Amino acid sequence: MTLLHPTPTASSGGRSASLRRRRTVGLTVAVAGLALAVLASLAFGTRVVGWQDVVAGVLHPDTDVIAQAAVQSRVARTVLGLLVGAALGLAGAVMQGLTRNPLADPLLLGVSSGASLFVVMGIAWLGLSTLTQYVWLAFAGAAAASALVYGIGSLGREGATPLKLALAGAATSAALSSAVSMVLLSRTDVFDTFRFWQVGSIGRADLADVAQVAPFLLVGAVLAVGCARGMDALALGDELATGLGQRTLVVRLVGALAVVLLCGTAVAIAGPIGFVGLVIPHLARAFTGPSHRWLLPYSAVLGAALLLLADVVGRVVARPQEIEVGIVTAVLGAPVFIAIIRRRQVREL
Amino acid sequence: MSAALAPAAPAASPVAAGRRRRARRRRLVVTGLVMTVLALVVVGLCVGERLYSPVDAVRVLLLGEQVPGASFTIGTLRGPRVLTGLLAGVAFGMGGAVFQTMLRNPLASPDIIGVSAGASAAAVVAITLLGASGSGVSVVAVVSGLLVAGLIYALSWRRGVQGARLVLIGIAVGAMLESVISYAMTRAGIYDANEALRWLTGSLNSAFWADLGPLAAAMAVLVPLLLVVARRLPVLQLGDEAAAGLGVRPDRARLALLLVAVALVSVGTATTGPIAFVAFLSGPIAHRLLRGAGGLLVPAGLVGAVLVLAGDLVGQHLLVARFPVGVVTGVLGAPYLLWLLARTNRSGGRL
Repeated sequence: MTLLHPTPTASSGGRSASLRRRRTVGLTVAVAGLALAVLASLAFGTRVVGWQDVVAGVLHPDTDVIAQAAVQSRVARTVLGLLVGAALGLAGAVMQGLTRNPLADPLLLGVSSGASLFVVMGIAWLGLSTLTQYVWLAFAGAAAASALVYGIGSLGREGATPLKLALAGAATSAALSSAVSMVLLSRTDVFDTFRFWQVGSIGRADLADVAQVAPFLLVGAVLAVGCARGMDALALGDELATGLGQRTLVVRLVGALAVVLLCGTAVAIAGPIGFVGLVIPHLARAFTGPSHRWLLPYSAVLGAALLLLADVVGRVVARPQEIEVGIVTAVLGAPVFIAIIRRRQVREL
Repeated sequence: MSAALAPAAPAASPVAAGRRRRARRRRLVVTGLVMTVLALVVVGLCVGERLYSPVDAVRVLLLGEQVPGASFTIGTLRGPRVLTGLLAGVAFGMGGAVFQTMLRNPLASPDIIGVSAGASAAAVVAITLLGASGSGVSVVAVVSGLLVAGLIYALSWRRGVQGARLVLIGIAVGAMLESVISYAMTRAGIYDANEALRWLTGSLNSAFWADLGPLAAAMAVLVPLLLVVARRLPVLQLGDEAAAGLGVRPDRARLALLLVAVALVSVGTATTGPIAFVAFLSGPIAHRLLRGAGGLLVPAGLVGAVLVLAGDLVGQHLLVARFPVGVVTGVLGAPYLLWLLARTNRSGGRL
């Protein structure tokens, strides 16, 4: 099957050679960046720790030494950052591919707010408290919100234009956050938990939690990669995609399921984190070109690296306190979003 | 049609007849809205845990008499609450309508494109991190609302400002500011955070005479100013090229309008917090009532007042628990918002 449908990017010989070089170089850069980010995430934090303690803290921590205990707590945080960052990068790439929308991002399109609302309602009204329960609620919320936003955004003759989707997302987020306030105002106890979760943080991670959510992320990632070829075809427009033998509806559904799994899990464990899913695919495309089979793995690697770096920045700049990663990504990501909009013609949007 | 039914005015051209009909409709709508606002004011003053007669309200508020019980309940509690609701509603309604008409998109209201978030973020930071209170918070909120709007405007400038670009950049700036709000909330003590949340939701609970003065003074300047600047609005709606052809410099006119509208919304937000969806709903509702009969701003301001006053009454008396007005308008606004999204998309995205 795969051999019968070469992707359009592989068609011209000379361009593809330089593209291949760019992809290889890019992959080296991305993996090196990720390795650096992991090192930085282990080494830097609110507490200043010597290199020997870092190494000892990772390999065989002596929990009596405060420095090594601190490093050990960073290990869980780093693993979680890797997973959540990769999930958000992937989810963003899939959302942008499915909607052919350069501005798609889980937070901006309201998917995260849907997950948030459902989790809050679950905490307040159903008395739920475990991570696995949050995860299922977050899936339901993410699915409902994305169906709503996409449905509303794609009504009308031109279909889901980026402007309409972004507006539908912003408007839905505004409506959902009103509903969240309503729940919170009637339940002060829930509010105290929620306000810490709402900023988006990987600081309270422990490895047991990470192990619980990893399977969901894995399934999401497999589904995402599975519809890479389909999304390449979708990029040519629905009619051509159908002509190339792609079942566009199946691709969309599988892709949407991947987004729901990836975003829902990320929101359940780390809270809503914005702009990673938006920025990363744009960065990745500079290396990979439009082919999703390359774009998706790159987005996962770069997403993980960006989230870890943002987390390190948040730990270092506000010593002795720390700034949650969701705030750092928003402050770093919004300017990139604005640059993307400014570079394009409004008519394209 | 109605011209044919009125043969008594033979000289009237169909154009003049249409103009008269529109003027009549406009008078009807404006009068109806004013009556509704007055009725809501009276209900808001008289109804509560204890009922007072409108006569008591007049004696306390207008004649300044001492009436046992009513002097405190109406004079100290309900009076400023109702008047603040009225003024803030007008401010949100007019400000929102300017944004929507000018950007030719009903979704481009200040709640959605980050201006309210700018005023809120500054206020929450001032409350929770700097320990500010009272009029200091208001000043901070107004200044930062203006700064944020200026920033959004400057960032969307590329050989002129286009509505779509401004909306998208507003959304991005808004998302960034929301995260600043969340950050401030995590740094606050639980008591401050609860205060801030209540404030963020938009509430009349902390309305006192002291805050009413600055609000009224600001509006006494801004509303007439807006009505003067808004004479350019119909020309701007024709599109930039047509406006330039008619001798209006679209960017400059738009900037002036934006400044006044932002100031209005920020002043309202500073006093009550961002009451959800009032700025967003007032314009479209007024538009539907008028059916094209004349300027939108005054009716939109009145609709805003109706929404805030009615929402506050519902939140105070008709629900299981007492909710701030912003929660009521937020929940009522959401279905309308979704319907509007669906409808405008079908007709190609115009107001």
